[in-house]
Amino acid sequence: MTTTTAARLPEPLAEIIEEFQAVPDQQKLELLLELSRELPEVPPRYQGSADSMEQVVECQTPLFLAFEYDDEARTAEIVFSAPPEAPTTRGFASILHQGLNGLSYEEILAVPDDVPARLGLSKAITPLRLRGMSAMLGRIKRNITAHVASLS
Amino acid sequence: MSEKDFSQYAHPEKLVSTAWVAEHKDDDGVVLVESNEDVLLYETGHIPGAVKIDWHTELNDPVTRDFLDGEHFAEFAAAKGISRDSTVVFYGDKSNWWAAYALWVFTLFGHQDVRLMDGGRQKWTEEGREVSTERPSPARGEYPVVPRDDSTHRAFREDVQAHFGKPLVDVRSPLEYSGERTHMEGYEEEGALRGGHIPSAASVPWGKAAREDGTFRSREELEKIYREDAGLGEADEVIAYCRIGERSSHTWFVLQHLLGHENVRNYDGSWTEWGNAVRLPIAVGEEPGEAPRG
Repeated sequence: MTTTTAARLPEPLAEIIEEFQAVPDQQKLELLLELSRELPEVPPRYQGSADSMEQVVECQTPLFLAFEYDDEARTAEIVFSAPPEAPTTRGFASILHQGLNGLSYEEILAVPDDVPARLGLSKAITPLRLRGMSAMLGRIKRNITAHVASLS
Repeated sequence: MSEKDFSQYAHPEKLVSTAWVAEHKDDDGVVLVESNEDVLLYETGHIPGAVKIDWHTELNDPVTRDFLDGEHFAEFAAAKGISRDSTVVFYGDKSNWWAAYALWVFTLFGHQDVRLMDGGRQKWTEEGREVSTERPSPARGEYPVVPRDDSTHRAFREDVQAHFGKPLVDVRSPLEYSGERTHMEGYEEEGALRGGHIPSAASVPWGKAAREDGTFRSREELEKIYREDAGLGEADEVIAYCRIGERSSHTWFVLQHLLGHENVRNYDGSWTEWGNAVRLPIAVGEEPGEAPRG
């Protein structure tokens, strides 16, 4: 990894990626499972109203996103909703939540698209499955881009 | 709640209930196998004693787009505690979609006693039955090296071409079938080069065969879906496909074992191959379209 691209990774996300890269394959799955358990509950205001959230249809399990923007601070809170019977999806969501939540629009938009690949999970989890995570990141960035455009 | 009567199906011995599993899971010769779409689900808790099969990483050859060969399969099965005469009961998430896929791959190796647990993981957990996070270390099974039979239950693209004029079933979602959706807007790396379906294929999304609780529909309901609505005759040779061959294993199971079609093959190359291949015809829209002539 070159220093230029490393510099564009927000610190919390960089730390998670380092952690994944440091452990052997089997432990990567355990790490992901642990992260899946750390995904916060969906705040009550979204519960039972999946309609107000955006579905990431590329995931093979129902995954929903919601965004709360603070235009003064230019930061975004991201809410993820994934069912308990989808721990892998929850794990991916948790990585993005811990790595990106509350950061500035610019920081999130600067995150490289190949984050899923950098986790070094491709032996334990096939590219097909990692695509779901790419889709989540893609949707997050697209939503923020649209929001930023609507401000000007 | 009354138990469903499995004798209504053509091959009732291929399906077992959660109650049967609860009773027989510790029997000698019975091996429970959990195979899920979600690669971590097994680790969150599984039926005590069940071994895990990851269909992506364990059933496929690491280099060629193909399944394990006979030698590797023998090693793989033995390591899971499976012998040639074991009763292997598969179950998993999402209405047993991936469990059916694993069962189908075992069928390619001629493993005789393979069964699905009706309703899969969902039904087992909804009934509040016991789960465990303990990973079993089964005693090694005895498994001979048997060649894989790719002609009886599996179809390649050439077989599909030779099959034109006979029934084909596309089990993907209606939008994938019509060709409206090869990928989502903004995600061009996803999916095949072209959208649509194999000409003349009937559209029967795989999920139609399952109820809300993940169990299979009754034989009568299945006959209406596949025979009346999709026009598959009783004795027809059928080929089923989806995007990479996993969803269509579920349909293969329904046609082969529940409805008793004698000649059903799963085209595992499916749309990722057909939709990208040079010189292969496709059809778009909601109509099946005409089968190309020889």
